[in-house]
Amino acid sequence: MNAIVATVLQRLGLGIVTLFVVSIIISLAIGMLPGDFAKSMLGQAATPETVAAFRKDIGLDRPLSVRYLDWISGVVRGDFGYSLAGAGSLGGSRRPVADLIEPRLANTLFLAAVTAIIAVPLALILGMLAALYRNRLFDRIVNIVTLTSISSPEFFVAYILMLFLAIKLPIFHSLANVSPDTPFFERLGRIALPSLTLILVIVAHMMRMTRAAIINLLASPYIEMARLKGISPPRIIYRHALPNALAPIANVIAINLAYLIVGVVVVEVVFTYPGIGQLMVDAVSKRDLPVVQGCALIFAGTYILLNLIADIVSIVTNPRLLHPR
Amino acid sequence: MTELEYWANQIKKGRISRREFMSRAAALGVTAALATTMLTQAGIGAEPKKGGSAKFGLAQGATTDTMDPGNYLDTGTQVPFWGAMSNSLTEVDAKGNIGGDLAETMEPSDDTKKWIFKLRKGLTFHNGKDVTANDVVASFMHHMGKDSKSAAKSLLESVSDIKADGKETAVFTLAGPNADFPYIVSDYHIPIMPAKDDGTADWDSKVRTGAFVFESWEPGVRAKLKRNPNYHKPGMPYFDDVEFLSITDVAARNNALISGEVHWIGRADLKTLSLLQRNPEVAIIEVTGYGHYVFPMDVNTPPFNNVDVRTALKWAINREDIAKKVFLGHAVPGNDNPIAPTIKYAIDPQPKYVYDPEKAKFHLKKADLPTLKVDLSVADAAFNGCVDAAVLYQEHAKPAGIEINVVREPNDGYWDNAWPKKPWRAGYWNGRPTIDWMLTTVYAKGAAWNETHWDNARFNELLVAARGDTDDKKRAQMYAEMQQLIHDDGGVIVLVFYNYVEAATKKLTHGDIAQNFPVDGLKIAERWWFA
Repeated sequence: MNAIVATVLQRLGLGIVTLFVVSIIISLAIGMLPGDFAKSMLGQAATPETVAAFRKDIGLDRPLSVRYLDWISGVVRGDFGYSLAGAGSLGGSRRPVADLIEPRLANTLFLAAVTAIIAVPLALILGMLAALYRNRLFDRIVNIVTLTSISSPEFFVAYILMLFLAIKLPIFHSLANVSPDTPFFERLGRIALPSLTLILVIVAHMMRMTRAAIINLLASPYIEMARLKGISPPRIIYRHALPNALAPIANVIAINLAYLIVGVVVVEVVFTYPGIGQLMVDAVSKRDLPVVQGCALIFAGTYILLNLIADIVSIVTNPRLLHPR
Repeated sequence: MTELEYWANQIKKGRISRREFMSRAAALGVTAALATTMLTQAGIGAEPKKGGSAKFGLAQGATTDTMDPGNYLDTGTQVPFWGAMSNSLTEVDAKGNIGGDLAETMEPSDDTKKWIFKLRKGLTFHNGKDVTANDVVASFMHHMGKDSKSAAKSLLESVSDIKADGKETAVFTLAGPNADFPYIVSDYHIPIMPAKDDGTADWDSKVRTGAFVFESWEPGVRAKLKRNPNYHKPGMPYFDDVEFLSITDVAARNNALISGEVHWIGRADLKTLSLLQRNPEVAIIEVTGYGHYVFPMDVNTPPFNNVDVRTALKWAINREDIAKKVFLGHAVPGNDNPIAPTIKYAIDPQPKYVYDPEKAKFHLKKADLPTLKVDLSVADAAFNGCVDAAVLYQEHAKPAGIEINVVREPNDGYWDNAWPKKPWRAGYWNGRPTIDWMLTTVYAKGAAWNETHWDNARFNELLVAARGDTDDKKRAQMYAEMQQLIHDDGGVIVLVFYNYVEAATKKLTHGDIAQNFPVDGLKIAERWWFA
């Protein structure tokens, strides 16, 4: 048990350092991009005077280091600052970054959760079945189908699904533009197509890993023993091989879950889903630094947490790691 | 085709108005009842019908959008928050004429140096408060002054003073005469907003005067508005409520229309337009607006400081070819006059620049250059299809002995790094509803956006003279001369005037489509109705 606690503490400590480094890199990167928020908001109408007034108003006239220190000291206290958009000396309400991110993050997590609830068990079952019937017709078909879907760009999969399932056969909605007051079941219906797209994209990776990890173990002596005892092949895979294969599978699942949260901006755009990816892209193109920072911290945090969980799973499922000598 | 059918066809194409059709029909001895029936068959409803919830798929909109009208960047905010929710003092109608909106009358005095706007009687904001001249002053002051961060600041630079004279009259004093001032105040950056106690404009309360009342807004996602029962235009608006969705992906937008998720979409996909046209339930709306794509050159930098080099470059481009291949026919070739043909006082300067390598060679020779090698900086950030157009131009210019080196600039930061700094580059203009406005903004000496740095004494003199003149004939003459000067001597290559291509279900119907802006002059919400 100590091993787990030690790992968790060590990882969390390192995670905080990572987040800190990430935030510095993001600040520097945005600082190096040409133009700033004032210029991108004013576009063609940016005269030097107006830009100067705009910058002064939103505090962009201060050096980057000062703005960064200001922001990071707020974050330590749990205050993510305000978006530069909508800021105004003329009595405008500034939008807190947390308020902007919260509904978007909730949408993204909802889509990720629905997708994961279907995709993870599906991938595990398909992987086990493929291992069971390896090199037979079923295995081949599953491999071909999943590899095809992972090899097509996700926007292509999305458009194909949209064409057949929303336009030719109007079963699903082509727009997934949910709003906070959309009822739960309508929300589920709206995200059917984006979710299906993501399932097709991530299942192959997890399925292949499950299959490979299990096939790898099937050559071990203890599986041979189980087989000699007369245990049926499905039970061997499910009861004896899978628990020992969980560590590598957990790692792959963690990577895919992280992808569901941080990498789905293309699917969001195609289906007009108000997720966090779209928010970050908008913020980057307008140089809205506080919002970019907020999103980046969430993305980095997602990777750190999911990797941590994957590592805990590998420790728990491996007695040698659980009771080290 | 009978005469009557011909006119019915014309109205269908939006070439004549409903009123014009009715009078034509009457002249042909057709009863009003029959004429109305014909109109209904042509899809032009006799009387707009009330009711229904309309959904519009806008091509733009971002999470960084703001409610501050000084920063209404694109249709994502202009259409819902100006076109549907607000009014300016004046309004440009579908025919391009100016009329009062919140203002009932506008009178110039002091040689058009002073303008007096009288508000309509009984105007109220959405919260029931009366609209007064103080609100007008506050709404304009919002864009003016040293600390203004409004995109309309330079537009109002010529306004030296605004005063409220009683409850209903606002008096504008200008730095110099301007006969077109009523057009300036129709700008989408300048809606009338309620004044707060301290005299500043309350833009954040979302209380305005328009046809629709604010309901909810998620920046970059959707805006929902509902009908204003106390709207000052009789009978309007027609929809019960409207919803604007930002659908930035063009394929998603097309699909949303086909699958019935929205009733209208902006910027339809040109590449698949013929497929969309085949859909019997979809109507394509296409108008040539004031917007144009340009290749401006800095006339102070060699070799562009030589007028013969500029003229050679103007003859060496095949605009027809570019309009056909890059814009798939949804654009009208330019003639190096930045004024759209539908704008008042516009002329088509002669000789018309068509592709002629021989003439280009002739001008090169006059400039004492056997060959010419120039860089053209482009990026698709300037306009979609920009790089393709430049590469075609490169091919067109070769037979004339002109070697154009197309330099592809990064899209990101194009307006900061390439556009103001490179001697020859690509750009675009949305156009302005009056000729003076466009010329003052881009071609006058020392103007902030004079991208060619062109400084023509005669032009600058005429510009000031024409601005204050109220004699239509004299103005027309002066503006014709100015356009000719830009055409002959200016540093801009006007590639094409682009079309606004939009699509809607046939369940929606409308009157004439405005040309001053896309989305029916940004006012689709109050001008359209369900058939």
